[in-house]
Amino acid sequence: MRRTITAVVLGAGLTVALAGTALTDEKDWGKYQVGDVRSGYTYAKAETRAIQDDDFENPAFLWVDYGEELWGTAEGEAGKSCASCHGDAAESMAEAGASYPVYDEAWGKLMNLEQRINQCREENMRAEPWKWETRELLGMTAYVRHQSSGKPVSVKIDGKAAPFYEKGKESYYQRRGQLDMACSNCHEDNAGGQLRANILSQGQSNGFPTYRLKWQGVGSLHRRFRGCNSQVRAEPFGYGSDEYVNLELFLANRGSGLPVETPAVRN
Amino acid sequence: MANAKPRVKLPKSAAKGEIVQIKTLISHKMESGQRVDSKTGEKIPRQIINKFVCAFNGKEVFSADWHGAVSANPYMSFYLKATESGTFEFTWTDDDGSVYTKTAELAVQ
Repeated sequence: MRRTITAVVLGAGLTVALAGTALTDEKDWGKYQVGDVRSGYTYAKAETRAIQDDDFENPAFLWVDYGEELWGTAEGEAGKSCASCHGDAAESMAEAGASYPVYDEAWGKLMNLEQRINQCREENMRAEPWKWETRELLGMTAYVRHQSSGKPVSVKIDGKAAPFYEKGKESYYQRRGQLDMACSNCHEDNAGGQLRANILSQGQSNGFPTYRLKWQGVGSLHRRFRGCNSQVRAEPFGYGSDEYVNLELFLANRGSGLPVETPAVRN
Repeated sequence: MANAKPRVKLPKSAAKGEIVQIKTLISHKMESGQRVDSKTGEKIPRQIINKFVCAFNGKEVFSADWHGAVSANPYMSFYLKATESGTFEFTWTDDDGSVYTKTAELAVQ
């Protein structure tokens, strides 16, 4: 039996308590650390890491299994499934998880994995696109990205993707919301420090979609972005918005070399 | 609940007298009954799995009553002593009366 205990710091009032006590442990994190870049895994509690370490215990695999089921399910007017064109996901999707988001010529902007799945559904299967945060889209995204599990994250930020990367970077350092905080204020300036009862991580994206104990389920990176934005009292952008996809590219590149951990488990 | 899908993991075989670990996981939202619908303000009725039973060759060997505050997608692991070959039957009972079952074999040498 697992319980999620939420510690509420009373009297924290209107300010976000940032105690900048960086962890000084020199533990060897193996593949979860590349230079100074550390996966969220290394900031998680041992109990949380243990859940991720065992694929059976990791409840996110319920979503991954569902994604696998959907992979072979024909839908839409074209009567096709993902497998009709892409065959065995273990082969055809082996690189996809580590390389998204990508610049798409037809769109003239970036496209992330969720959007690629829905584009394929609409154009090739002629099926309805899945809504964000549904079990279907999360399951499929997690299943596809899981095929790249262990592969180092490596995205293209040059050529036509460059201006979108710059926008993402700008957005990362842009202070916003009533608390006037940028992503970097927590995830760069205070990574390893405490935010109330939680340890702040570097905010790496390599484990998404991820099973969050707080959510009691799997959620997308954009859901996490929205949560972060709300916490600094900024108006969150929409799921799949250009702002978030650009930020997604910046983050992926920021965590270059970290292994894809999808589906990870975090508190 | 249509989404409830049980999973069980245990060794295929064990030596006589060996202690084996049995791991179980079931997908379930475990609606606590404490939440209200944000649109209508109506209370969302409780729907959790309230009982878990493991039987071996038809005889109950492990059971647990679950109450509120058990997480969604509950994971349960426990240890049993292997004495003879046979079939485990796992059952989860839902508040709405549904019963989810899963069986697994264990060969004792």
